[in-house]
Amino acid sequence: MSSSHSYPHEPTGVETRKLGMWVFLSTEILFFGTLITTFMIFKGRDFPGIKLTDVYDIPFTSISSFILLMSSLTMVLAHNALEANDQEKTRVWLLATAMLGSVFLAGQIYEFTEFYHKGFELTTNIFSSTFYVLTGFHGLHVFIGVVLLLALWGIGQRQRGLNLEGGMNLEFVALYWHFVDIVWIVLFTVVYLI
Amino acid sequence: MTKIIEPNKQSNIFKRPSSETGIWSWITTVDHKRIGIMYGYAAFFFLLIGGLEALILRIQLSQPDNNFLTAAEYNAMFTMHGTTMIFLAIMPISAAFFNYLLPLQIGARDVAFPRLNALSFWIFIFGGAFLYSTFIFGTAGAPEGGYLAEEVGWLGSAPNGGWFGYQPNAGMKYSPGTAMDYWAIGLQILGIASLISAFNFITTIINMRTKGMRFMRMPVFTWMTFAVSFLLAFSLPIIAIALFYVTFDRKFGTTFFLTEGGGDPVLWQHLFWLFGHPEVYILILPAFGIVSEVLPTFARKPLFGYAAIVFAGFGIAFIGFGVWAHHMFASAISPVAQAGFGLSTMVIAVPTGVKIFNWLGTIWGGKIKLNTPMLFSLGFIGMFVIGGLSGVTHSVVPADTQQTDTYYIVAHFHYVLFGGALFGIFSGLYYWFPKVWGKMYNETLGKIHFWLMLIGFNLTFGPMHWLGLQGQVRRTWVYAEETNLQFWNIIVTIGAFIIAVSIIVFMINWIFSKRNGEKAPFDPWDARTIEWTIPSPTPVWNFSKAPEVKSLDDFWHAKYEEDEEGRAVRKESADQMLLDLEEEGLNPTENIVLPNPSYFPIVLAAGLPFLGYAVIYKSIPLALVGALLLLIGGFGWGTEPLEEEVEENLEHE
Repeated sequence: MSSSHSYPHEPTGVETRKLGMWVFLSTEILFFGTLITTFMIFKGRDFPGIKLTDVYDIPFTSISSFILLMSSLTMVLAHNALEANDQEKTRVWLLATAMLGSVFLAGQIYEFTEFYHKGFELTTNIFSSTFYVLTGFHGLHVFIGVVLLLALWGIGQRQRGLNLEGGMNLEFVALYWHFVDIVWIVLFTVVYLI
Repeated sequence: MTKIIEPNKQSNIFKRPSSETGIWSWITTVDHKRIGIMYGYAAFFFLLIGGLEALILRIQLSQPDNNFLTAAEYNAMFTMHGTTMIFLAIMPISAAFFNYLLPLQIGARDVAFPRLNALSFWIFIFGGAFLYSTFIFGTAGAPEGGYLAEEVGWLGSAPNGGWFGYQPNAGMKYSPGTAMDYWAIGLQILGIASLISAFNFITTIINMRTKGMRFMRMPVFTWMTFAVSFLLAFSLPIIAIALFYVTFDRKFGTTFFLTEGGGDPVLWQHLFWLFGHPEVYILILPAFGIVSEVLPTFARKPLFGYAAIVFAGFGIAFIGFGVWAHHMFASAISPVAQAGFGLSTMVIAVPTGVKIFNWLGTIWGGKIKLNTPMLFSLGFIGMFVIGGLSGVTHSVVPADTQQTDTYYIVAHFHYVLFGGALFGIFSGLYYWFPKVWGKMYNETLGKIHFWLMLIGFNLTFGPMHWLGLQGQVRRTWVYAEETNLQFWNIIVTIGAFIIAVSIIVFMINWIFSKRNGEKAPFDPWDARTIEWTIPSPTPVWNFSKAPEVKSLDDFWHAKYEEDEEGRAVRKESADQMLLDLEEEGLNPTENIVLPNPSYFPIVLAAGLPFLGYAVIYKSIPLALVGALLLLIGGFGWGTEPLEEEVEENLEHE
């Protein structure tokens, strides 16, 4: 902030936007918490028809999970590059993160289509409904994340480039992105592995 | 040199809004005070509509076997009355107080995210309009062969499954048509608005406090805003997901809450009340905050047990997440759960009791000045105690099973939400009237309003206790003559109309005083908190320089000191200090940077109802319109500089 106003700011020392993001993420935990709880409740019940275990392909989903995890790495690299004020590299890593996210999304779309063809549809049984709403909700988050990353990349194309202070800053998006990744680790474990 | 920086009028992509008066200045405003005022008026408008619906209900019930309304219309009216009062009246009117007062009480220039603040207001407006558009576009009906399967007029084409939308009644099978979709998606949109403002207020309180404003020096109203924001942030996601499920059940054929497909209707009740009970505290805690400001001011004593009141507020908020199943004692839950939730319901009365005793301790031995805000606050204590006590009776499971869905419950929660929340809100409206408008309200009319409302309120909701214990069931549009319920029902209806008259008195007072009221003195109430250290009406820039706070009730300590016997004595310099403060507040000596107005909050918010309609009518074009508005709004938002460029221009000068 410039010296033009002496107004006090941030007695906690945490940047305000970042703090807002943390509060938002704490809410997101409740969103996913409710979804996961419902999933766990219905998982233990009897339901007719085809099950997820009949259709899923663990190696495939493991690979796409790995890809999503790697996108967290590229996100960190983008952040590091920005801290070193290397605009070129920042943009490259941002784009890489967005690409990895898109690959994950493409994998999810492919997976959903595959399941559908095998007869595991949204309304097949209570389990399939909870499965699609839960993973779909996460997919929506990844999609929003990709849009944010691309927007950031677009802003980075301007002459002034990106910085750690102004506008929709990189750290802000990075927090969100890491959160979405962590949620996937939980989902992958809960939905596919146990 | 006084200088207020003009908003930057160039823009990289879209032209910046530049008007400072007129309708566009309100539409594009990001000023927390203007947003607060708009919140207030919009919420009051919905309060009138919700009240009108209540009057229609009471006309129907004034006679046994009445046919003023059909059953379908009655269902629509009570559903919309509840939904409107909770989500469109009391919650946003509390948001109006938060918006206007929070930055002033912590000495900030605005909230942490001014544009997000505007966004949550516009989402609220569009959500309300979306919900009410059901009267135009919605259809409601009943399953074939059901007794409701009659021609339903426009009055009945509204959501009709009750404000808590129990499943499977609110599912497609028993509530065909689109009305309940409007309800589910309307609440979803309104939830987004509250969620965004919750992030905003939490961040504001943590990060925007002025010099010396430590947590334990914050006014209690700010504390309660803090608690409410946490409640909102952690309870709304739960209902959001539950409403997702409802929408999927109704529109896409899933069976989350329908037994025929392996779903679970009781799960809906759990999810709903896991949100719904914290919601009760979302509605009442702001009133607790207001009363905790008003009582010390007019009793001319410090608040008794400040820390206890603060922690009790958070205690209520915390335990509030652990009592939800007391709404479900008549549903399928185990005896162990019933006992546990019965106990937790008793426990939550403890922090509430702490607060009540602290308020009594505050007025005990004070020099009480009985003007309108004080009367409403005292009325609040009395009415809330009645509502609270009848609430504790619900913790006794066997008794509660008898009372479930009778008028006893209706009486209880109106004593809490009307006698509690709304009395507190009126107290606040009168108390801060001079702050907002710089004028004084008419004390006589204010007192008439209070007494009429107190009498009307008790006539309306007092007899409901007896009606309920006699067995009158809520949500039933007729009662037979043989039930002997008629006498108290007509009294209740008369009471409701007295309330309506009192509201008219309030409106006359408001309109008249705002236009022709006396000019308010600088510190009309001899108040204690720092929002009174600035001129009224509040200047655009709030504080001309950041205030520094040295203690709790800082403004009071600046004006008063103790004599040897510990009595408060006004300092000789106090009057001169007030004159100086006014002079200083009106003439800032440093450059002031205010956030720029913006078009994008309203553009972004306008996208949501289109997405809602798109889901209801499964229409791709509508979804595209909605997505496009979100995209334009989001893009413009992201690329529009907030303050930075103004400051850069400064540096070049």
